[in-house]
Amino acid sequence: MQQMQQIPDVIKLIPLNFYVLFSSALFCIGIVGVLTRRNAIIIFMSVELMLNAVNLLLAAFSSYRADPSGQIFVFFIMAVAAAEVAVGLAIIVMIYRNIQTIDVGILNKLKW
Amino acid sequence: MNSIIALSLFGIANLFLGFLNNRKILLPATLAFVLVALGLNLADWNQEYLWFNNMLRTNNLSVNFASVILVATFLVVAVSRGFGDDEEHTHPAEYYAIMLFSVVGAIMMVTFENLIMLFVGLEILSVSMYILTGTDKRNLRSNEAALKYFLMGAFATGILLFGIALIYGATGSFNIHGIEALVLTAAGGSAPALLYIGIVMVIIGLLFKVSAAPFHFWTPDVYEGAPAIFTAFMSTVVKTAGFAALFRLLGGAFTGVYGTWIYILYFLTMLTLIIGNITAVYQQSFKRMLAYSSISHAGYLMLTATAKVAHTQSSILFYSLAYSVATISAFAVLMVVAETKESNAEKTNENFDIFNGLAKNNPLLAFVLTVSMLSLAGIPLTAGFWGKFFIFSDAFQRGIVVPLVVAVLMSAVGIYYYFKAIISAYFKEGDVPAIELKPIYKITLIVTTLLTIVLGIAPDLVKSIF
Repeated sequence: MQQMQQIPDVIKLIPLNFYVLFSSALFCIGIVGVLTRRNAIIIFMSVELMLNAVNLLLAAFSSYRADPSGQIFVFFIMAVAAAEVAVGLAIIVMIYRNIQTIDVGILNKLKW
Repeated sequence: MNSIIALSLFGIANLFLGFLNNRKILLPATLAFVLVALGLNLADWNQEYLWFNNMLRTNNLSVNFASVILVATFLVVAVSRGFGDDEEHTHPAEYYAIMLFSVVGAIMMVTFENLIMLFVGLEILSVSMYILTGTDKRNLRSNEAALKYFLMGAFATGILLFGIALIYGATGSFNIHGIEALVLTAAGGSAPALLYIGIVMVIIGLLFKVSAAPFHFWTPDVYEGAPAIFTAFMSTVVKTAGFAALFRLLGGAFTGVYGTWIYILYFLTMLTLIIGNITAVYQQSFKRMLAYSSISHAGYLMLTATAKVAHTQSSILFYSLAYSVATISAFAVLMVVAETKESNAEKTNENFDIFNGLAKNNPLLAFVLTVSMLSLAGIPLTAGFWGKFFIFSDAFQRGIVVPLVVAVLMSAVGIYYYFKAIISAYFKEGDVPAIELKPIYKITLIVTTLLTIVLGIAPDLVKSIF
């Protein structure tokens, strides 16, 4: 219990700016992944990376402000991301069954 | 508020109704469920409540938006006709249940008081729509549309969430009235850069969902690939809910730092109007044209959503209602004509020429199509005209001249491509056999057409309520 109460203090050993920069870097890596990769699963992983960057940022802000609502939001994001994964993987499996590939470059039946 | 709880239960009930080997009962049951939800929703009229520890707020604004959403849902369900008789490949109970669940998400987006609820509502709506887009499992276009919608939607959610996290970092609150107060004090000059970046990212995330340019790239593909009935649902319910959320944020929480986002939004409004209308001119496919038309209507709505003045909310509501009713009847005509041609083993492509010669054997369908096209184009004596009129006069009163001029010019462009459908129906040679309409289908089409005309003659019937 005592250790639990120390966690915010441990987090505060690192300045808040570092968390913001780190999360932003992770988020940008996710965006670049979404924009450049062709494999649907990798794109999907990049989206998850973006969501986890958000989770980290929320947890850091929440500790610094001693306000639990940020961490509650993290739970919501995790639960919703899990639901999204279920639907997303189902869509990818459905496509794989039809065309035996998940390369998004093949999917050009509809012109942009 | 009870409508959210009721709709969740009704959705589960619908799943169980699927066990009965009787498809006929699903459609009336779903219609009854939506009507009950509409009644529960209207019971909150003239009361201001906070629910679930300040998570949701119901007031007249939210009741109005939720009513528009529920009316649109009712009309879409009424024209769905039980999803055909293909026993093996369609699952109507699940489709109706997912539609009801997605309406729960839409109502949460309208009533949210806390950004957590905005996010959860948006995701309930979006995840349901990903599933519905991909329901035509054997059709590669539907598959592709589902994947594109899913990847783009998840990407947009990531951007929205990062924005919410930054706003939380700057203000320490998820409550939109808390944020509003903190933003107002911060606007004095000491606001951290995090706040501005966060606000812009939240706006981008929501603009993705309402398909405003330059975040519209997914829209034509998804609208074209998805089954027509779900496209109709997507372009009405999702758009109304998205604009309600955008309006509540821009008109409430973010008003303090008006100056940072207003010019970005003016620019994006003009871009949306120009891209939506000009690209729609070049479309061969009627469905794709309606997708670009929905982008351009997002532009008109953005013109009002940017500020909270006395009449703004009623203009947005009236426009959403007029647009939803007209779009649903256009899609209904398209669906019934495409299905008839398909059952005659003709090649169908949902292009404009599908309507060639429609008026000869099906005067009612041609008339319904004409009225909906006139309404979307904004010709007088239809609801769409008053929708545009209210929006333009609001914009004029607020003195935003340049976007207004662009909007007026672009609505003139719009007349060209909407009239292409009318010309096909009345003046082109072609052969559409006389179509036998089911009573509920016929009634729905007559109701939507009458609604469009009545609101076009007497807009105050509804406008005074909003």
